[in-house]
Amino acid sequence: MKNPNLEIAFTHIVARKKQTLIAALGVTIGLSVYLFMNSLTSGFERFQTAETFKSTAHIKIYKDDERAKALVSSGNVETMIVNPQVVNSSKELINPEQLVNSVKKEPYITQAIMQVDFAAFYNKGTAQVKGTSNGVNIVDYNAMFNTQKYMKAGTIADLQNNKNGIILGSGIADKLGVRLGDNISVASSVGVTKNLEIVGIFELGSSMVDNGTSYVNISTAQQFLKESPFFVNTIYANTIDYNKSTEYMHSLQQLTSYKVEDWKVINADILAGATTRKMMFGSISFAILVVAAFGIYNILSSTISQKINDIAILKATGYRGSDVIQIFLTEALIMGLMGSIMGILLGSLLIYLLQHVYVGGPVGYFPIGFEIPIIAQSFVLGLLFTVLAGFFPAKKAANVDPVSIFRK
Amino acid sequence: MEERKVILESKNISKYFHEPSTFQVLKEVSFKAYEGEFLTLVGKSGSGKSTLLYCLSTMDTDYGGELYMLNEKITGQSPDQLSDLRNQSIGFIFQFHYLLPEFTCLKNVMLPALKLKKYSPKEIEERAYEKLVALDLHEQALKPASKLSGGQQQRVSIARALINDPKIILCDEPTGNLDSKNTQIVFDIFKQLSTENNQTIIAVTHDNDFAKASDRTIEMSDGKILINGKL
Repeated sequence: MKNPNLEIAFTHIVARKKQTLIAALGVTIGLSVYLFMNSLTSGFERFQTAETFKSTAHIKIYKDDERAKALVSSGNVETMIVNPQVVNSSKELINPEQLVNSVKKEPYITQAIMQVDFAAFYNKGTAQVKGTSNGVNIVDYNAMFNTQKYMKAGTIADLQNNKNGIILGSGIADKLGVRLGDNISVASSVGVTKNLEIVGIFELGSSMVDNGTSYVNISTAQQFLKESPFFVNTIYANTIDYNKSTEYMHSLQQLTSYKVEDWKVINADILAGATTRKMMFGSISFAILVVAAFGIYNILSSTISQKINDIAILKATGYRGSDVIQIFLTEALIMGLMGSIMGILLGSLLIYLLQHVYVGGPVGYFPIGFEIPIIAQSFVLGLLFTVLAGFFPAKKAANVDPVSIFRK
Repeated sequence: MEERKVILESKNISKYFHEPSTFQVLKEVSFKAYEGEFLTLVGKSGSGKSTLLYCLSTMDTDYGGELYMLNEKITGQSPDQLSDLRNQSIGFIFQFHYLLPEFTCLKNVMLPALKLKKYSPKEIEERAYEKLVALDLHEQALKPASKLSGGQQQRVSIARALINDPKIILCDEPTGNLDSKNTQIVFDIFKQLSTENNQTIIAVTHDNDFAKASDRTIEMSDGKILINGKL
């Protein structure tokens, strides 16, 4: 071995196998928990985002409620309204085809569809369920949300071929006790009632959607609202990167005076929950890593107290302070390296075990996976912490005054 | 008389201890040590002889006055410069051997040379073995240092002090822990080093016979040089 400092470090490590192992085990446990918890958060977040995009597009464009202006001036007369309220105007988007086309021209947009949403009452006999019906071009809609995958009965093509067809959420079908092929009566808030044939039943796994949402053809929805065949009240668009949706939202807002919202605004509560959870898990796992680093600090400090004579003799024979630091940092690094490797193995084992735990419901198996960036991050953090924890005792050792040792 | 080469020179070295109360332990000590000289430092406990030795060793830098080695000023050099100087030019032998217990005798001897890197590790190993042979320790070469007797450990530490062929060898009570037989062995080695290798030896000792047999003795008392000459 070329470098005597490394040789001394290795000799110390080998001579103190037990302490080395204990220090390394501390890092192992800290690191495996860190890796496990962060994979858990990340896996769950990915699952939740995927859930969100089953029924939410990255961008939504619609006409927002507008409040009456409080101050109206006509000529030289100023009129003030003391209790301005929402103006009950139509939600119609004017010239939606043109808007959709200009949205589609944006380089970051992958898909854009028009939709007619209305509040619907599903009736069968005396039973009634309230919800939202979406008037869609089901082929385009399927391209965006992959609805066919969630069909429990029927196919989306059946809706396209049947102007009086409806695809129901499984929750509605259960409550009304209806099956594929049955007829139900659907009423809208403006008083239009139609008998529609159930051509499909879907289940997303989200009770909010499954218990209230249905799909009809766009022309049917226009009839429910007593609107013209040009009526559209919402445009949905998907982008190339949902993480950058806020940026795209601002860009799209330049194209239109209608309200543009991204999924982060629509799901602000879920995202806030996710952020809180991430911080919570993050700080807990971080704290565990810090505790592990203290283990290294402790063991190295006691090694140095016991080896103080050796340090003095090394310094007397010409070893510099920086050599002493190198010796003990190498020891810390070896402990950290052993601990980190074992920690990643243990953490991976935990992830593997949890992957095979069946949670049930829409989640299925636990949404956790091996993520290389998290593993790499854990490894680097583990090493960084051990080196930091080793540095302070090593610095102390470097400052040992050999004379004070020899004169004892 | 031929002009002898001055290896080490102290000019007015003073030192104070501040604990428990301020006390001047060295009072402007000046002396010269020459090449190939076997010098002993004697004096009662507290006379300042060990303190002087550690100032000469470059490990204690908290003193007044100046220290020269081969006409080069040592006082005021950086800790790293002093480390390199110790590594290259000074060998140490202590009363309590201070070998690294986890290492073999051979490795203990090699360590200062591995730091100096003047020779390849293989050459260093050969040289270290030669030193052990010279001190009749080659049979112990591969034993851990902690398994040796006191006299053997002291000889290993002498081999370690010699590995880089230093100009100066400083000893703090090198025979304080040894029986008379081993003391004689160590003395003979020192004598040989000074006469044959022209190395300068400065040894602090309590042993009057040991001091008498050396080339020159400096007797310290109350931080001053009392006697400087052959006993």
